[in-house]
Amino acid sequence: MALKIVVLAKQVPDTRNVGKDAMKEDGTVNRAALPAIFNPEDLNALEQALQLKDKNPGTTITLLTMGPPRAADIIREGLYRGADGGVLLTDRAFAGADTLATSYALSCAVKKIGDADIIISGRQAIDGDTAQVGPQVAEKLGIPQVTYAEKIVSVEGNEIVIVRRLEHGTETVKAKLPLLITVNGSADECRPRNTKMLQRNKYAKTPSEKASLTDTSLYEKRAYLNLGEWSAADVDADLSQTGLAGSPTKVKQVENVVFQAKESKRLTSADEDIDELMKELITNHTIG
Amino acid sequence: MANFYSDNADLKHHLNHPMMRRLVELHERNFTEAEKYDYAPLDFEDAMDSYEKVLEIAGEISGEIVAPNAESVDHEGPHVINGHVKYASATEKNLDALIKAGLMGISLPRQYNGLNFSLVPYIMAADMVSRADASFVNIWGLQDCAETINEFASEEQKMRFLPRVCAGETMAMDLTEPDAGSDLQAVMLKASFNEEDGTWRLNGVKRFITNGDGHIHLVLARSEEGSKDGRGLSMFIYDRNDGGVVVRRIENKMGIKGSPTCELVFKNAKAELCGETRLGLIKYVMALMNSARLGIAAQSVGISEAAYREAIQYAKERFQFGKPIINFPSVSEIISTMKAKLDASRSLLYETTRYVDLYKTLEAIAKERTLEKEERMEMKQAQRKADALTPLVKGMSSEFCNQNAYDCVQVHGGSGFMKDYPCERIYRDARITSIYEGTTQLQVVAAIRHVGSGTYSNIIKDYETVEVPAELAELKAKLVDMTALYEKSVATVTADKDAQYIDFHARRLVEMAGHIIMGYLLLQDTMRNESFRRSTENYIRYGEAETNKNALFIANFKPESIECYLNN
Repeated sequence: MALKIVVLAKQVPDTRNVGKDAMKEDGTVNRAALPAIFNPEDLNALEQALQLKDKNPGTTITLLTMGPPRAADIIREGLYRGADGGVLLTDRAFAGADTLATSYALSCAVKKIGDADIIISGRQAIDGDTAQVGPQVAEKLGIPQVTYAEKIVSVEGNEIVIVRRLEHGTETVKAKLPLLITVNGSADECRPRNTKMLQRNKYAKTPSEKASLTDTSLYEKRAYLNLGEWSAADVDADLSQTGLAGSPTKVKQVENVVFQAKESKRLTSADEDIDELMKELITNHTIG
Repeated sequence: MANFYSDNADLKHHLNHPMMRRLVELHERNFTEAEKYDYAPLDFEDAMDSYEKVLEIAGEISGEIVAPNAESVDHEGPHVINGHVKYASATEKNLDALIKAGLMGISLPRQYNGLNFSLVPYIMAADMVSRADASFVNIWGLQDCAETINEFASEEQKMRFLPRVCAGETMAMDLTEPDAGSDLQAVMLKASFNEEDGTWRLNGVKRFITNGDGHIHLVLARSEEGSKDGRGLSMFIYDRNDGGVVVRRIENKMGIKGSPTCELVFKNAKAELCGETRLGLIKYVMALMNSARLGIAAQSVGISEAAYREAIQYAKERFQFGKPIINFPSVSEIISTMKAKLDASRSLLYETTRYVDLYKTLEAIAKERTLEKEERMEMKQAQRKADALTPLVKGMSSEFCNQNAYDCVQVHGGSGFMKDYPCERIYRDARITSIYEGTTQLQVVAAIRHVGSGTYSNIIKDYETVEVPAELAELKAKLVDMTALYEKSVATVTADKDAQYIDFHARRLVEMAGHIIMGYLLLQDTMRNESFRRSTENYIRYGEAETNKNALFIANFKPESIECYLNN
């Protein structure tokens, strides 16, 4: 059956490749020194959406992202992999948002997109690592949520079966559509960009990106190249709930944590020592 | 986060060669396809931008998926299960990624779902994939067999087979048999026409067939009963879905272990004729082999790149006598010469590719409309160059690839002899490049004709007319001197028109032509991009010494001394 899927994605600084210039003197992230990338677990989420589209002809995938104008890059990245369209949620009124204000803004945009069967996102972003936005969006929309998803097994009627990754194994759950899913990094890796989709979509632009063009005839001929760009007003957002104003979270202090080796323990090759070690490793979940 | 395209500026340099404008415009038939296909380019800049972006995808998959898998592929290798091949599990992952990325049918026309790219970016992708895993390019790269179907099969056959290749089905070319290796005229696999159901049936054995369980095969078979030579052979298309071919075994090889090399048994296998009967070897296989040779040249350059990178990295990290070993002149000379050979063979690879692309594209256009007089001339000249440069690049780049792999192990010292570093795999993988698709000795047989006909001399003369800036004049003067030596050696060897004597010295002459041609190409690269200067100087110095060595051998050789080499 044809599904309407919204993928929530975020453009993040690539914190996995941190060089010496990653932090500024004042302890804030030096975004200019870190390449902006598609948040890795959001790519896992996109892959789950694409697999649903492969299995359910007629399914459409809309990529929704909130961020500065350059975040349109990740919408294009999504189109190169098989998403059908995308919307950039951008407005000065959204700046400085914590997870609550972000979730509010995203939920307003999801409502505006309308009739989504599945809203899917990565578990968490590698810049904040909060894992709060997905669940909060579900709460604001008043729909069920399934977190830590590793595999969407099936969608039949309005029932979806999902395998969740838990600490010591997996759990298979059934839920009703519409719902929100957050996807774990252990799910299938996202497929690569496709050469034809790239050539088809590489000129896709938001209205502000098109503003500097002298010739826009291409965008009249090829409607799919027009990406959505919504402001707070476009999604009827209450400004007291967006951006800094809507963010109760305040960072009090940032501390540098240096990991240090703890004290060592000396073992002999005697059976009881090995036995002891095994028990300890199992107890602290290093193995098992 | 390795990307084999963006980490190698030399590729971008070759992609942006001035001749690309002509090639792209011809491929795109003046950009008329954008109306019909939403992924067709709007203009030259758009096409080049797409080439580059697509190469970034191929580079990313090569660097992040194929290269990290290479070791496990080498260990696991393919297996035969119930007469069919099961690839190593990581090979399947590689293939899956390239298929999903739409990197199949890169140079096929859009009407068959291809990307309609110039051959240059396709060969560049093969260059990168080979750097990642030389064995894998044998599976993925066999898509160039589809070019032969595109060139010679009927429209109806093209519509049936080519979209399947673009969708990810793999190919094989079934030529070699136990008693027909270098000498393909001896092929015995029997093709008989069944009057009852109007189909061709194949019976017999093929050996050493790369990717022998691929979905779509081109098979060389004897269709003319009682015939003995190449004129009794025809080309057939075998579809694995029809069955009738069993993989009897796969070879246990020294290198490229991830590539299944199969022995195939054809038992009344249904097949269809491709093109006309009797033209199988003399026309179609020749075309097929030429494109396969270019593919092996790309594989050789890719392996050379891997060898060079492994060597320089190790030499910088390995400390002996209190300093990194790269600081010892004997080691740094090895590394610099490796880079010079790598750069020289890559320049020749893309020069050859451009001329192959040019004449093939004009040939395809000639089927749609009558070519203008200048276009016919252009096609003829390009074909002449392509025919001369193809055996040269296959021969020279595969030998350089072997030399670089040898030197890579040498730089690693004792560690290189262990299985702990990629260099030992590179060393084993390199070895086949100067053997298959025609040994170096056979490339020399093909190339010596162009020594005799003066094609190489003409190519060199063309390069010589290019003005160079003052700071490169000294290097050019060396090439002019080398050319004089080459001409003199050719005259000496061919004076008596003694075929055996010419064969005896052929490799020396072909190598001399190769050094001069690659020297000029590097000189032109340096004029476009200063970063090539070191390699150009180093290569010309090396080529000069080699040319002198060969010239000296020929000059001092007494014809009667040939007896010392014969009748062993």
